[in-house]
Amino acid sequence: MDASALGTFLQYLINGITLGAIYGLIAIGYTMVYGIIRMINFAHGEIYMIGAFVAVTTFSLLSALGIVAVPLALLLVLLVSIFFTAAYGWTVERVAYRPLRGAPKLAPLISAIGMSIFLQNYVMQTQGSRPKPLAPVMNGGISLWQGDGFTLSVSYIQLFIIALTFALMVGFTQLINRTALGRAQRACEQDRTMAGLLGINVDRTISLTFVMGAALAAVAGVLVTMYYGVIDFYIGFLAGMKAFTAAVLGGIGSLPGAMLGGLLIGLIEAFFTGYISGAYKDVASFTVLIAVLVFRPTGLLGRPDIEKV
Amino acid sequence: MATPIETKLKDSLAAAGLALVLSIPFIGLHTLSTDQGLVVESRWVWVAWAVGLVFIGRLLLGFARDALAARAASRPKKPARPVVAGEPTLAARLTRAFMVAALMFAVTLPFMPYSDRYIIDLGTTVLIYILLALGLNVTVGLAGLLDLGFVAFYAIGAYSFALLAKFFGLDFWVCLPLSGLIAALFGALLSLPILRLRGDYLAIVTLGFGEITRIVILNWQSLTGGPNGVSGIPRPGLFGLSFDRRPPEGMGSFHELTGIDFSGEHRLMFLYLIVLALVCLAAWVINRLRALPVGRAWEALREDEIACRSLGINPTASKVSAYAVGGMMGGFAGCFFAARQGFVSPESFGFIESALILAIVVLGGMGSQVGVVIAALFIVMLPELGREFADYRMIVFGLAMITIMVWRPGGLLSTRVPTVKLDQKGA
Amino acid sequence: MSEPLLNVTGLTMRFGGLVAVDGVNLSADTGRITALIGPNGAGKTTIFNCLTGFYKPTSGELSLSHPTRGKVSLQTLPGYQVARHGVVRTFQNIRLFPRMTVLENLLVAQHVGLMRKSVLGIAGLLGLKGWRTAQHEAIERARFWINRLDLGAVANEEAGNLSYGVQRRVEIARAMNTDPLLLCLDEPAAGLNPRETAALGELLQGIRAEFGIGILLIEHDMKLVMGISDHIHVVEYGRKIAEGTPEQIRTDERVIKAYLGEPDEEELPPAVAADIADVAGEGDRV
Repeated sequence: MDASALGTFLQYLINGITLGAIYGLIAIGYTMVYGIIRMINFAHGEIYMIGAFVAVTTFSLLSALGIVAVPLALLLVLLVSIFFTAAYGWTVERVAYRPLRGAPKLAPLISAIGMSIFLQNYVMQTQGSRPKPLAPVMNGGISLWQGDGFTLSVSYIQLFIIALTFALMVGFTQLINRTALGRAQRACEQDRTMAGLLGINVDRTISLTFVMGAALAAVAGVLVTMYYGVIDFYIGFLAGMKAFTAAVLGGIGSLPGAMLGGLLIGLIEAFFTGYISGAYKDVASFTVLIAVLVFRPTGLLGRPDIEKV
Repeated sequence: MATPIETKLKDSLAAAGLALVLSIPFIGLHTLSTDQGLVVESRWVWVAWAVGLVFIGRLLLGFARDALAARAASRPKKPARPVVAGEPTLAARLTRAFMVAALMFAVTLPFMPYSDRYIIDLGTTVLIYILLALGLNVTVGLAGLLDLGFVAFYAIGAYSFALLAKFFGLDFWVCLPLSGLIAALFGALLSLPILRLRGDYLAIVTLGFGEITRIVILNWQSLTGGPNGVSGIPRPGLFGLSFDRRPPEGMGSFHELTGIDFSGEHRLMFLYLIVLALVCLAAWVINRLRALPVGRAWEALREDEIACRSLGINPTASKVSAYAVGGMMGGFAGCFFAARQGFVSPESFGFIESALILAIVVLGGMGSQVGVVIAALFIVMLPELGREFADYRMIVFGLAMITIMVWRPGGLLSTRVPTVKLDQKGA
Repeated sequence: MSEPLLNVTGLTMRFGGLVAVDGVNLSADTGRITALIGPNGAGKTTIFNCLTGFYKPTSGELSLSHPTRGKVSLQTLPGYQVARHGVVRTFQNIRLFPRMTVLENLLVAQHVGLMRKSVLGIAGLLGLKGWRTAQHEAIERARFWINRLDLGAVANEEAGNLSYGVQRRVEIARAMNTDPLLLCLDEPAAGLNPRETAALGELLQGIRAEFGIGILLIEHDMKLVMGISDHIHVVEYGRKIAEGTPEQIRTDERVIKAYLGEPDEEELPPAVAADIADVAGEGDRV
């Protein structure tokens, strides 16, 4: 393979990993909520969208106040976005899901769809339906290789996204495996009733799960705002579907599965768009999902479902 | 027991505080695009309004809950009336009465003096959604198989007619059964890879099917015309008689033959009656199927698949048939939709349609035909009633969906009417 | 001697490294009640699941002597096909169709025959005579079992609303509605009080006498087992340790050891020894 073909491949790879990292962050939210209450949080994509919008508003506000130094501005935007998005995530759970905890399974799904419609239109009405462009925050990158009229580069933003996501993954895994909160969460996942009887505050654990998922989605929203430079109220639905696909692909309920799924979807999209066509990239993702599920009905890293006869 | 006023005030204050936090980044602040980039503006008055409304609303809700609880407690408990075997229950009788009344209303609607274009049009839309929901009801309500991509069958039915008409010159009445068959075939094929999947996995896969269908239609320009769609779809005629002012080649004119003065409304009335007939046929067929082994197997599958296997029922065949029959109804609806519009484009077949149809089925109380009718009326009419609010109606619609689900998680009518009753003649 | 209705040879079921069933041989015959007993975790339900196609056995031969289809190997067949050959089971945790009425539950059991008569639903939809007759017969067949099992009062009730004892009867009635060759019951007496258990025993003996089908049951209630079984197989830790008539099993040392453990070196206190003798002699009193 000649150098520029290899270079192209590597560029797609970098792009795919970056995209996949973002999907993975959102997918974790889906998988955690499903793991603990066996419910698909259809509105999670909208939570991510809210994170992006708060980021845009905060960036604009900060630049109006003259705070443009990247590390400080970035940190502030992350904190602010996480704070507000987590509040929204918490509220969504309280309003649309908690009252339906014992209900037949489709009721929370419809409620979630209703919440998704509500949030999309809420943002559209309050912020306008036109896309919001943002001045680039992090410019430049590293040129990895040059030659034959082709440059293989990775931008600072890409590096930042990959690094931050990696750090968050490590931190999260520690949280789940080492802390009391993580234990409580895992207990609730396996047997909610028993966990409650043993003194775990189930309601609070579930709320915290939503909050954590929302926080990660907020980070994804901030990252996407910086990466693409433009957002609109519809990105929640699009990314939500991809991330949901990623979560199922990786095995819903499994945290590493969500990340793996996210990376896979990101890579599929990058390579398919690059080599074949951008129009059918979603078809490619779904086809891979269906193919995987045919052979592993619970996803790549999902626990096989054994029903007791 | 009524909650003390302090608790209510505390609750309302907490809710108001939350509302304050939530409204800051969206209601309080917003960004505007200007030449210098984005500019942030504030609207703190709106925030004040929002917080105030939430505070008052929460307070009222507290009082309302107390009132309802007090009323429920004071009502004496009625002893349960024993079910007399063989006698139709009150629920069954009311259901039958309602259906008859609804049918009579629907049949006479287009001929009523108050019915103008708008009403007939609205009625037609409601009926299309009823037909779609009846189809999805078979898959989701009867067989218990989740389907978040039902719009695919709607699209397949519509485009089948559009393309058959475009390339082969076939008319509506020939294409109607064909569209149904093609959609049924797709339903059967699409169900094969997902047979082993558990309920929640079905969600994303069926959603994927819906999206794939839309994306393929959107991008396969040579076949489907891409975003421009297919136009010039022939209108249905009655025994070769057209309802247009100037009938197309080869067709007689309905108005000439019957001597009735031309009115654009007649075509609408005719379309309305066609879809009404389709709905009645679909409802009748599905009701009969419920009492046949095919339909009973669907419901048994929903209740307990393992028990089904232990009784010799092939779950694969049952699932495939559920998706196929459901898909077929969707195909009929799509074909009619294309005939009514005269053109089709991928815009009409997005995920929101799948979501709406599913909401109708769930709201109606899965498996209940009457429920589907009521829920379809509700879901189609609600945005219409809110037309004056135009932009806000989708916000209200989303809230309404949440509220109804929280209030009635089992759907509006969740009692199941048995398909057969044993009469006790002789012990 | 004719082939037994069901002949199981060398049945082995392995889950990864765990051997749940190890080389079990057993048989069940028409017109006889065969019991499968053993301590908890012995692998009885696993054997059932292999038998009825819910698990695929790691190895072994499950052969059914069908009156018209000859010898059928069950070990490769999926659950629903095993049922179609006439081997029908009930479940430890009752699996009725809760939102369907008792009558409907029984009609679902007649699915296979009715499907054929309805000719893919078309004869049914059109209400043809052939279908209507078949439907009527099916209801009468269901009525027979409803009356036989004293379910008349609840025939039109949703199965999920019924009490536990009634639900058990419905499950058996439903299984009988499939017109089985071999009725496999997984702990049918679980949760039943002594009166209900005795009634169950009478019912099974009545079915054996009237319909001449084979009955295979897993049970823990020794009184019931000893009272109605013609033949008993005993398994422990996945292996068969004994088989024979109730009298033989009652006094089999290996069985007693499996259930009660080894007697201590010292003399048993008289009260305990008397208890053990009681259990051994329990069967007489049924």
